[in-house]
Amino acid sequence: MATLETFYEVMRRQGITRRSFLKYCSLTAAALGLGPELVPQIVHAMETKPRTPVLWLHGLECTCCSESFIRSAHPLVKDVVLSMISLDYDDTLMASAGHQAEAILDEVMEKYKGNYILAVEGNPPLNQDGMSCIVGGKPFTDQLRKVAKDAKAIISWGSCASFGCVQAARPNPTRATPVHEVITDKPIIKVPGCPPIAEVMTGVITYMLTFDRIPELDRQGRPKMFYSQRIHDKCYRRPHFDAGQFVESFDDEGARKGYCLYKVGCKGPTTYNACSTVRWNEGTSFPIQSGHGCIGCSEDGFWDKGSWYARQSDILQFGIEANADEIGTTAAIGVGSIIAAHAAVSALKRAQHKGDV
Amino acid sequence: MAPLDDAKPVATPDEEGTAASGGGRFLKAIYVYEVPVRIWHWVNALAITVLSVTGYLIANPLPSMPGEASANFLMGYIRFVHFAAAYIFTIGFIGRLYWAFAGNHHARQLFRFPFWDRHWWGELFLEARWYLFLERKPKLYVGHNPLAQFAMFWAIAVGSVFMIVTGFALYSEGAGLGSWQDKLFGWVIPLFGQSMDVHTWHHLGMWAILLFVIVHVYAAVREDIMSRQSIISTMISGVRTFKDAEAPADEEHERPVKKAARVG
Repeated sequence: MATLETFYEVMRRQGITRRSFLKYCSLTAAALGLGPELVPQIVHAMETKPRTPVLWLHGLECTCCSESFIRSAHPLVKDVVLSMISLDYDDTLMASAGHQAEAILDEVMEKYKGNYILAVEGNPPLNQDGMSCIVGGKPFTDQLRKVAKDAKAIISWGSCASFGCVQAARPNPTRATPVHEVITDKPIIKVPGCPPIAEVMTGVITYMLTFDRIPELDRQGRPKMFYSQRIHDKCYRRPHFDAGQFVESFDDEGARKGYCLYKVGCKGPTTYNACSTVRWNEGTSFPIQSGHGCIGCSEDGFWDKGSWYARQSDILQFGIEANADEIGTTAAIGVGSIIAAHAAVSALKRAQHKGDV
Repeated sequence: MAPLDDAKPVATPDEEGTAASGGGRFLKAIYVYEVPVRIWHWVNALAITVLSVTGYLIANPLPSMPGEASANFLMGYIRFVHFAAAYIFTIGFIGRLYWAFAGNHHARQLFRFPFWDRHWWGELFLEARWYLFLERKPKLYVGHNPLAQFAMFWAIAVGSVFMIVTGFALYSEGAGLGSWQDKLFGWVIPLFGQSMDVHTWHHLGMWAILLFVIVHVYAAVREDIMSRQSIISTMISGVRTFKDAEAPADEEHERPVKKAARVG
């Protein structure tokens, strides 16, 4: 159980040298976009602050956020973050199960009342009294509300918790609802993505624990340091976009040459995330680099903004699927035909009444 | 062209209904559209054309350019032209809005939607009936007829604001967080959901304005030929001419000025 060990003590206990610890601190500062003068502050915080307990709840989700999180690229970051946050409850990762596990939840909530961080992966379904997601014999909605009540802040992991994601896609039969629409009285940090980038997850959590405050958020509640720019803004294929060089289909010459994927549906120009800078799996690659367009997984309602293989998104209305240009062209042809007919009738009428005003 | 005072008849029929005499000759001319309104009209028409073409090409880019990326900048140029035209469109619109206050009362018509005026709705339906060939002849108007005013209010006054707001919101994404575009218009993106939704609506907005343009051009040409007043030349010279002696339906607004003109 959570003791009042500091981060530094935990790290030393795990055999991490002070040299490695300092390296970690400078790396963290760089990852968070902070200047070198803030490194001592991070070192100091880590040496003196007791670990903050984090309770990690799982609602309607696929565990891809956890899968991403445990693959945090820099091994040191992985080790450290898993020990520096005192991850006291996470039913996927923890050893205990059943009543034993649920008891820990109550214990932490009581002991660290108003002082723990709640991390939510997935979201609560509100239809059928929340019966579509049961945790420990009770609806997840109840668990979420209970744990949120005394939390210091809430992290919404992934697009599920932030925006609803696939289970909230049309027609959303279970009424899966993003966390901020259920819990309205707590600061909520959205870390969208399906899943979010591992380094973004660890970065956000490190920032919060180090500086004891939530990172600066944008209008939609996402940390500015990772979500202030579009994938498109930092994409290495951007010069091909500006030049007007596009992949027309996935097996053409343009695809081989690494041209821009805009015409085959890349959502990079409308997606705020750090994929084009941080990349995935130790900076190995990211979707665009592997030749597939971005699907916009960190954006609100991205499942309903398809197709992922066309630039313009489909508009679903009256069961008809069409994009803005198809609708516009149809309307223009319609109006054009009406005008042609109208002009013909006008001419006939004029001929008929020629002479009289 | 001789300078014309506001709404001063330059040629009036003789008092009390002298029959219209010559075919093709106009009987009355009233100065309607002042210089700024006419300049704005044509600048705006050009801006809309450029914005529509470049906007369409941004959503549906041209076939790929051959050669090195460093030797080409086609998409960059298209986007530059779109943004430059957008600034002209916006500044023009602001200028036009100013002229609604500074200019004559015809300059205000574009921004007015007299929802509570029963008489206005009556004339709107009368005009609609004329277009459906249910009326023998339309009323004459010095300014816009109510149907035209209705269409212009929604497509141009409201439509322009919509396109400017959504357009600058999209532009703010490139300009970046903290830019003035972001501060003024960044809130629009979460309002619509996400960036993709704003793109879609901006696109639909273009089509709405284009539909208006199609109808507008057709109606202007048709009215010029079939009705008893000038339309197209009015937007060039500013003067509305009438081919018969019937009083325009909205002439009462002109009277005070005209009386003064007659006395003086």
